[in-house]
Amino acid sequence: MDIHEYQAKEVLSNFGVEIPAGALAYSPEQAAYRAREMGGDKWIVKAQVHAGGRGKAGGVKLCENENEIQEACEGMFGRKLVTHQTGPEGKGIYRIYVEAAVPIDREIYLGFVLDRTSQRIMIVASAEGGMEIEDISENRPESIVRSTVEPAVGLQDFQAREIAFKLSIEPGLVQSMVRTLQGCYRAFVELDATMVEINPLVVTGDNRILALDAKMTFDDNALFRHPQISELRDKSQEDPRESRAADRGLSYVGLDGNIGCIVNGAGLAMATMDTIKLAGGEPANFLDIGGGATPERVAKAFRLVLSDKNVQAVLVNIFAGINRCDWVAEGVVQALKEVQVDVPVIVRLAGTNVEEGQKILAKSGLPIIRATTLMEAAERSVSAWQSDNSENKAV
Amino acid sequence: MSIFLDRDTRVIVQGISGRMAQFHTKDMIDYGTNVVGGVVPGKGGQTVHGVPVFDTVKEAVAATGAQASLVFVPPPFAADSIMEAADAGIEYCVCITDGIPAQDMIRVKRYMMRYSKERRMVLTGPNCAGTISPGKAMLGIMPGHIFLPGHVGIVGRSGTLGYEAAAQLKERGIGVSTSVGIGGDPINGSSFRDILERFENDPETHVIAMIGEIGGPQEAEAAAYIKDHITKPVVAYVAGLTAPKGRTMGHAGAIISAFGESASEKVVILTAAGVTVAENPAVIGETIASVM
Repeated sequence: MDIHEYQAKEVLSNFGVEIPAGALAYSPEQAAYRAREMGGDKWIVKAQVHAGGRGKAGGVKLCENENEIQEACEGMFGRKLVTHQTGPEGKGIYRIYVEAAVPIDREIYLGFVLDRTSQRIMIVASAEGGMEIEDISENRPESIVRSTVEPAVGLQDFQAREIAFKLSIEPGLVQSMVRTLQGCYRAFVELDATMVEINPLVVTGDNRILALDAKMTFDDNALFRHPQISELRDKSQEDPRESRAADRGLSYVGLDGNIGCIVNGAGLAMATMDTIKLAGGEPANFLDIGGGATPERVAKAFRLVLSDKNVQAVLVNIFAGINRCDWVAEGVVQALKEVQVDVPVIVRLAGTNVEEGQKILAKSGLPIIRATTLMEAAERSVSAWQSDNSENKAV
Repeated sequence: MSIFLDRDTRVIVQGISGRMAQFHTKDMIDYGTNVVGGVVPGKGGQTVHGVPVFDTVKEAVAATGAQASLVFVPPPFAADSIMEAADAGIEYCVCITDGIPAQDMIRVKRYMMRYSKERRMVLTGPNCAGTISPGKAMLGIMPGHIFLPGHVGIVGRSGTLGYEAAAQLKERGIGVSTSVGIGGDPINGSSFRDILERFENDPETHVIAMIGEIGGPQEAEAAAYIKDHITKPVVAYVAGLTAPKGRTMGHAGAIISAFGESASEKVVILTAAGVTVAENPAVIGETIASVM
């Protein structure tokens, strides 16, 4: 789960990471009022969306008076911000963070991630702050400092000092750099984060180390023990279909194609998408309906897949192990009677009791296109989609 | 021989009283698995499907000589159960549980390092379908009848995709020595590399099939290991050619975040290591048959 910049800053500041003065606003007037309250003569107005690359996309503006703040906010509120991370549909701006501008001497990149090679938490830092980590590792890989943390004892001060010295932090500021690193590490561990990124972390003209931006991602599997973090979820930043699917215990990712997929198992779902592509089609989605392919789940899956208006055919691919094919077939039949489906439906069943399953599909009288192998299923889906498409054009 | 599991391996089920655990315990017993007990704190003294339940893994090991354990415990408590098994002297543990917090798994892996290599439990999973040595025993939730006994060692991250491969083999009359699920989580007990090493040393395994997917460094690590240490033919398939970058595809671990993590990059790396790559999931069986 992702959270907003202002929320990440608040979380991190509770762990001793210093941040500039700032306040949240839900309207241009409130933003101007917050700036006046805060004082100072320069402010940064920042669109709160769950995506990086806001600066280049016009989501971050430097303002010198209240009028400029109001104007900047009016240009942002209610609009969709499209950055290289949001996809073409962009993300809606409903909250704006107003922050006091600070004099910047240096910018540092600081990230904490779960490193899958060492299977530990890894700190990644670079003196080339402000740039994105992908660009840093491409253009200045030698500037990257890495350090992994031994989970039994946690981050040690000497490790934090090593990072500070490698980044050429001046001696007088090393202690506050250590405090920043320790704060991020403790937040990461205590709140079950999977990523903490401060980019940039700045050294100010008045010798402070401040987090100018902050991003945190949390482990969905651990939210049960962090209700205060779960409350920070902002559904306006999620794909509505994906959040609806998640609420129903289905795992869904929307894509650009026209062939909807309903599959049990994440690996098989990806393999099904690949086969559709190989057969000359484009998958409309990834959907894993999980182990128990009950009629209710299958019906929910159909509704979800068909809510994407681009879907022109639906391929159901179920490898029934413990739940037998006859039972899955009954589920599919029941779902198709319940949900109105106007596009071709292709069903491939495999595994336990496959013959009985096929019989149930055949007897149902529903216009189900059956397939036995994965390749056959993909090919039939593509040809059903193509002929359905040309019929529509002819009319 | 097969790896991890044969007819005589004494198995316990942690969390045996749960509905799903009871169902699969029965399935394992029917398959011929030597299930000798179960563990549920507070339910010691009861029986499930005719086997005794103990309060702790240590008691179960002392009373039954259990060697292997299947963890069927809900996500908030699963890591604790794995560590309990490791401490009680269990040699091999499969964890089925899906949804264990990643940092719990980091602690589990660190905890297991306390024991010397000879005494250290081997863990596969979590978030996997388990391990089966066809015709002998199974420790997991897979449908046993889709596997024929034979000489192909299968290792994969995905359950149903692994079934797909086994079914394609069965159709050709090709059998499996052992099939191991390493699971779809970012931090897992054993990697592809760990299992490949076992298959290389198993005389019953003649060919190795590796079923990978997008995300993580373990396919690339396996490729480097195969190049230098594996003499048996290896066939691989990598799911997720059509998966977009930066999106989690169902498995917490299936997300492309660095170089070498996309399906096409993994295919290139594995091919360069001498692995025969099945181009699509429909030809996994055919490709394995071609190298036998």
